[in-house]
Amino acid sequence: MTMRITKEKTERGLLQQVKELAGVDLRVCFQCKKCSSGCPVGDWVESPPAQIMRRLHLGAGDELLESDLVWVCVSCQTCSARCPMGIDVAAVMDALRTLALEKGADSARGTVPKFNRAFLGSVRRYGRTYDMGMIASYKFRTFSFMKDTDKFPQMLKKRKIALLPSFKADRKTVKRIFKTTQRPKGGQK
Amino acid sequence: MKLAYYPGCSAESTARDMHRSTLAVAGALGIKLVEPQGWSCCGATAAHQTDPVLAAALPAANLLLAGDMGLDMVASCAACYNRLKSANHHIVNDPALRRQVRDAIGRDYDGSVRVRHFLEVLFEDVGLDAIRPALQRSLSEVKVACYYGCLLVRPPGVMNFDDPENPTFLDDLVELMGGKSLDWPCKVDCCGGGLAMSRTDVVVQLTDAILAMAQKAGADCIAVSCPMCQVNLDMRQKDIAKTTGRRYDLPIVYITQLLGLCLGIAPEELGLEKLFVPPTKIIDALGAEM
Repeated sequence: MTMRITKEKTERGLLQQVKELAGVDLRVCFQCKKCSSGCPVGDWVESPPAQIMRRLHLGAGDELLESDLVWVCVSCQTCSARCPMGIDVAAVMDALRTLALEKGADSARGTVPKFNRAFLGSVRRYGRTYDMGMIASYKFRTFSFMKDTDKFPQMLKKRKIALLPSFKADRKTVKRIFKTTQRPKGGQK
Repeated sequence: MKLAYYPGCSAESTARDMHRSTLAVAGALGIKLVEPQGWSCCGATAAHQTDPVLAAALPAANLLLAGDMGLDMVASCAACYNRLKSANHHIVNDPALRRQVRDAIGRDYDGSVRVRHFLEVLFEDVGLDAIRPALQRSLSEVKVACYYGCLLVRPPGVMNFDDPENPTFLDDLVELMGGKSLDWPCKVDCCGGGLAMSRTDVVVQLTDAILAMAQKAGADCIAVSCPMCQVNLDMRQKDIAKTTGRRYDLPIVYITQLLGLCLGIAPEELGLEKLFVPPTKIIDALGAEM
């Protein structure tokens, strides 16, 4: 296997930024690849978790944020649970996503971050998720208007989805949380 | 026994069945669940994939409410349970994060409110010995594949919930109810969780593998305890049939629905009519009427 690594050019490398966000020490990784073996999407991605760990450790730059795993990772945490060195690999993936949003990486324009934005937008507005509003917002963001429309009649008939949002949450506190945690580029806009 | 109950947003929408069956079972077993006034979303997967402070502050705001009531916080949704418990873990272990969370909420939270899952309450507080005499119907040899998914058991150091690779909480309950819990290898596999809408292709492949294994093991149904697992495994069976031609017709039931039926509660009080794949076979086997 060959890996191409563009070294981080800035003083404060990507590895350091991930370390600060995730609080992990990647130097102890000895590439046993248990994280890749247990990864539910490991077989389909170009860069499985062990490769991400290695590239980070070798001083990769921001191009790592464009790796397919960054947003296909299902956050199942199997990697963290099985790492023999106790590295929280899932926390590294979270850190890469936070950085991808902050730095405006191309990968941050995909369907998963768009869904997250629609989801958090609904939480920010109502204090709780409002599925119908969130789905509509996601469809507008991705132009996927016809997706899963076959499910709606049955979901509505079975009342498996709420028609109206809830207004019972402490919205003031939730709005305050969103306002104070908004990062410069903002993943929650 | 009185606990603060965090229903989670899905309890008002796609997991009303989980919510209703949890309340019905709690009522039958004498567990008093009180919803904290003004509870808000835990942030779920979207928050921790976006920002670590947001991911800790949203659950912390809710845990403060339970703290004010002087009660432990119990969740029925595996995802909420995971986020609430993770927030506690991070706030206790990271003083800088605790300060950021304080600034975000406007109040300090020390991470001390105890977070429980409803199943833990059943096992640790009520106890199987107290549930047994309350059972009015038997699962009569119904074969159940117990599916735990990711969020109840991982990461093990934070969740401390049963064995992370081979949990038996659900299996023990199924056996207690007279059912047959199956030995199968997908107990803690991932269904694709929050990618349901954004990467449906991934979810279809992952759920297909889980359903195929359950069918091979001879399951009559799959028992779950997470709203994302339930919706993905139940609703995507149609898509799997469309893309692969494989049909499973496996009902995906919440463990609280099975327990509710065995406690003699009527199917409509447990939201069983909401399942996409109807659990007719199980209801018949139990001698209940829908």
